[in-house]
Amino acid sequence: MSAPSLPAPAPASAGLFSTPPAAASGRHLLGLEGMSRAALEGLLEESAAERDWLRKGAPNRDDLAGCSVMLTFIEDSTRTRTSFEVAARRLGANVFTFSASTSSLNKGETLLDTMKVFEAMGAQLVVLRHSQSGSPAYLARHLPRTGIINAGDGMHEHPTQGLLDLLTLRDAWGGRFEGRRLAIVGDIAHSRVARSAIAGLTTLGALVTVCGPGTLMPAEVESLGCARAETIEEAMTDADGVMALRIQQERMEKGLLPSLVEYARVWGVDMARVERMKDDAVVMHPGPVNHGVEVDSTIAEYGRNVILQQVANGVAARCAVLRRCWSAWKAELS
Amino acid sequence: MSTLTLFQNATHWRTGERVTIAVEDGVVVPIPRRGHEHARVLDARGAVLAPGLVDLHVHLREPGQSAKETIDSGTRAAAAGGFTAVACMPNTVPAVDSPAWVEWVRHRTGNAAHARVYPIAAVTVGQKGGQLAPLMAMARAGAVAFSDDGHPVASAAMMRRALEYARPTGLPIVCHEEDPELRGEGVMNEGFTATRLGLRGIPGAAESVMCRRDVDLAELTGGRVHLAHLSTAQSFETLRDARRRGLPVTGETCPHYWILTDEAVGDYDTNAKMNPPLRTAEDVRACIAAIADGTVDCLVTDHAPHTPDEKNRPFSEAPFGVVGLETALALTITFLVEPGHVSLARAIELWTAAPRRIFDLPEVDLEPGSVADLVLFDPRSEWTVNPKLFYSKGRATPFAGWTVRGRVLATMMGGRFTHLAPDVEFEHQLVLPAGAAT
Ligand SMILES: [Zn+2]
Repeated sequence: MSAPSLPAPAPASAGLFSTPPAAASGRHLLGLEGMSRAALEGLLEESAAERDWLRKGAPNRDDLAGCSVMLTFIEDSTRTRTSFEVAARRLGANVFTFSASTSSLNKGETLLDTMKVFEAMGAQLVVLRHSQSGSPAYLARHLPRTGIINAGDGMHEHPTQGLLDLLTLRDAWGGRFEGRRLAIVGDIAHSRVARSAIAGLTTLGALVTVCGPGTLMPAEVESLGCARAETIEEAMTDADGVMALRIQQERMEKGLLPSLVEYARVWGVDMARVERMKDDAVVMHPGPVNHGVEVDSTIAEYGRNVILQQVANGVAARCAVLRRCWSAWKAELS
Repeated sequence: MSTLTLFQNATHWRTGERVTIAVEDGVVVPIPRRGHEHARVLDARGAVLAPGLVDLHVHLREPGQSAKETIDSGTRAAAAGGFTAVACMPNTVPAVDSPAWVEWVRHRTGNAAHARVYPIAAVTVGQKGGQLAPLMAMARAGAVAFSDDGHPVASAAMMRRALEYARPTGLPIVCHEEDPELRGEGVMNEGFTATRLGLRGIPGAAESVMCRRDVDLAELTGGRVHLAHLSTAQSFETLRDARRRGLPVTGETCPHYWILTDEAVGDYDTNAKMNPPLRTAEDVRACIAAIADGTVDCLVTDHAPHTPDEKNRPFSEAPFGVVGLETALALTITFLVEPGHVSLARAIELWTAAPRRIFDLPEVDLEPGSVADLVLFDPRSEWTVNPKLFYSKGRATPFAGWTVRGRVLATMMGGRFTHLAPDVEFEHQLVLPAGAAT
């Protein structure tokens, strides 16, 4: 039989569950990947304004009046939850907290059911921390009347952390990202902080170099848009900043690291390595720091250690995100 | 009086000639010279007639998981896809690991099923890898192969024992190749997409190192190894190498591995979650090359239905597996035949004679005397994959919404129609003119 020509296949994502939710627009904030440069710059601009407002110690506002925010932490994180709570309360939202462990709520169905109950109760924005990558995207697809803010999903993204990191660098770098270079050191494979930082920085024109033990490096990491260095010395030389990532004890138990002592020696940020960077380079860490492991204790004295600024900027970035999602929610659904 | 069925002016699957085939009492018969009182005629112009397709790798989920699929719904789906025989995997609940369960599957499928069902029995008790199942007795009860599919036989020593012990049965051990520790908690192919989505990856080597191991064990023991659902370039190379070494090793692959890459996971789409996972563009090219050059012995679907509720979960929680029976032929025509990788005749052989040889199933032909297990399909007819119309209880397919070519018009098993497309009509002729077929 003669072979007729091949029909063009339909686009790959035509399945039942594959309608992609808008990654980072509208009422959701699922990640920084795919967000346009203009949107990201706008959000940073707003975050900077919120930071200035917070610094003044001005009274609470009512931007989120009438908005119920459900802080849903299926994986514990006191820092992030508190930061969101402070931000939401400062803007006049009704804040509710739902905490559960992954073990008591580990079926997606149950999670969705629980969220549907919250939706029925009138929670318009859900801030979700979950141990599984993609859970915010999953909920965004299935909850028609709720805005989802990703507060960290598995090994995927932590977009508000990414924003606060960008805000911190914006301040440190005088607002210019183009041509700047940040080294990210440590457990890239399991780090949602790294993924959001890489996505945000590359969108803004900065360069990222990652490095760390080969066992903690994800496959084809360069495809995220960053460079990979074999050693921390190489990564930090002439960099405009370094971000050390938190190392979890369990990585050693799983055989991914020989020992924390060796890690500190080979991959720790110390003054000798900091001196390889540019004069105005910053030292960052998403916290909480394992002192003497990712960052040497002498770094505490380093003038351009911005670890506490990151924490302060977290509230500002979350104020901006909550405000943005709430106004989109109102525009789309009320 | 028995009914005579005539497929008139069909295209012969192998020769391409226009033929008329007569079926009576369940077998292909010569065109009768005299008239016939109960004859039905199917105008098969433009359609291809071939032996019924065979799928050596399906999951019918019975016993134990009938919410996912039943032998009834699964074989109905098979018939709709043009299949007249399937071999079903033993990773049910409980596992088919005793002669009694092998017989249960065979009885269950005796009359009711819409396709012939050949049970594959477990290699180890409960598929747990610890103790050999009664392989000889299960072979006697009617098992056509052995497999712990769903899991690998993790221990090389256990696989060696199984191959040695099963050798007198002459049946192959179907190997689900996956090093459990290399796979770890992986949920998709290790690579850029997994990195972007923050999902744990399964390296291609988790499959290929086990393929190497089992090829070497085939050499050590002389036992028959059939490598299941191969997905990586290295695995195909290993199969090619086994062939060069003249070892008793065969291998199969599935439509999604010659069509899709791991990018199909897109935005956590669980319709693209299967095991082995979708791989890279290079692996897809290697898969097509291995089919084209004869390295791959036969094609299978790895039809693995789950309930929509199970699949509609966050990616890491959803089970592995997609359905395949109802799209297999069209995906073969659209993505292997039409681009010119294999001829239509070769493609059909890969779904019919080739799998029958590997599991030593009865041969089927269009010649008089052959059992009438047939499929009639239109290779040019275009249709859009719509999972809602599947007969399978499983709805998960990465091809939903795709336009494909090649549509099954009729499937016949033992002379009985098990599937008829709604637009197929018979002409009834009480009396045939003499010599009508010439
Ligand atoms: Zn398998």
